[in-house]
Amino acid sequence: MTPPEERIVRIEVNGRPTSALVEPRTLLCDYIRNHVGLTGTNVGCEHGVCGACTVRIDGDIARSCITFAAQVDGGKVETVESIAPSTDELHPIQRAFEAEHGLQCGFCTPGFLITTQALLERNPDPSETEIREFLSGNICRCTGYVGIVNAVKRAARDLRDRGT
Amino acid sequence: MKPTPFEYHRAETTEEAVRLLVECGEEAKVLAGGQSLVPTMNLRLAQPSALIDIAGIGGLAGIAREGGSLRVGATTRQSAVLADPEIAVDAPMVAEALRWVGHEANRNRGTFGGSAAHADPAAEIPAVLVALGADLEITGPRGFRTVPAADFFVSFFTTSIEPDELLTAVRLPSRHGPWAFEEIARRHGDFALVGVAAALVVDEQGIVGACDLVLMGVDDVPWSAQAAQEVVVGNRVTPELAREARAVIESTVEPSSDVHASSCYRSHAAGVLVERALLKATGRKEQG
Repeated sequence: MTPPEERIVRIEVNGRPTSALVEPRTLLCDYIRNHVGLTGTNVGCEHGVCGACTVRIDGDIARSCITFAAQVDGGKVETVESIAPSTDELHPIQRAFEAEHGLQCGFCTPGFLITTQALLERNPDPSETEIREFLSGNICRCTGYVGIVNAVKRAARDLRDRGT
Repeated sequence: MKPTPFEYHRAETTEEAVRLLVECGEEAKVLAGGQSLVPTMNLRLAQPSALIDIAGIGGLAGIAREGGSLRVGATTRQSAVLADPEIAVDAPMVAEALRWVGHEANRNRGTFGGSAAHADPAAEIPAVLVALGADLEITGPRGFRTVPAADFFVSFFTTSIEPDELLTAVRLPSRHGPWAFEEIARRHGDFALVGVAAALVVDEQGIVGACDLVLMGVDDVPWSAQAAQEVVVGNRVTPELAREARAVIESTVEPSSDVHASSCYRSHAAGVLVERALLKATGRKEQG
């Protein structure tokens, strides 16, 4: 069997047009890491269970390890790198995770940050139950989630106070 | 792990998708949301020679009212079905069941038709489609046909869709009778250890005229609990009747054991869930 034809994929990543010649089997996470060079998106379980690779596809959170880059051809993706307003300033969600010890090893953190961003856009004042439900697709093996939930609460408070 | 190599085709129309299915042969797979297919490919449990991506076909996504039913296009994202106001009114069990399907990040990509076509015996949507008496629309080189949900699911991950055919839509009849959806999963978002979709028709005297009790996780297809249904039909749902139905479930269901739960546990849980579903469904009746 001749190897399947590579194809050019064009995806707007964090507002910047990107393109690459990739095999059809190239996963979106590998496109982002290897072809675009953004390594903030972590690849954990690689079968859609752990949530570390969560990105936003056309605005909606999704798992980049169970999506092929070719499926997103012509679409828009946002990664964890899009959250901070600049290279030397953290977003309130990131500051809250730091302040509340919402991470230890940090491997799962990109997925938690992106998921938290999506939650707080939709629901600026979530209850603890709503936070836990929304984050239930993201697995952390270090923290036991207490710090993470507190971080989301703090981020929600800070963002409300800021009036954004 | 990474998937094995495959050809990728993006179909623009249903006709093109069917033509590609014929051309690519039996080793080709339809790709919609990919939330079940891509994990199995990453683990190399599935190694299709070609994928035919139908997510971009215009007209395959969306929900439309057609007479007394809602027609849900096969590639409608699960999150779109969950948020749809007409689904909430005319097929509330569908919305309730979708809350149990994976997590938000999965439902944003996963499609309604994909859940049906994948036919995981522990999945929520197949059981709900059987309980509601949904019809599935299938298109192929030999034309268009409609299959009732009860005949659609054949075995583990196997439906009556032929390799060169495509599921294009699911028709959900409007049902306003009492209903309940109950499930036990180890963690929310996991596949069900056991679950039940219950849809009833009850007259003004409270007598049950029809009762569909369909269980997931206990057989290789959504399992209609015939004997328990017969116990309920013709009677009022009382705590005693619900307990009787539970006993009938426990003595007729024959689930297998696996790493997640024993057969004995599943039988017990199935009975408990059916009892609970009957009481919840009829308690909900007054709320419309």
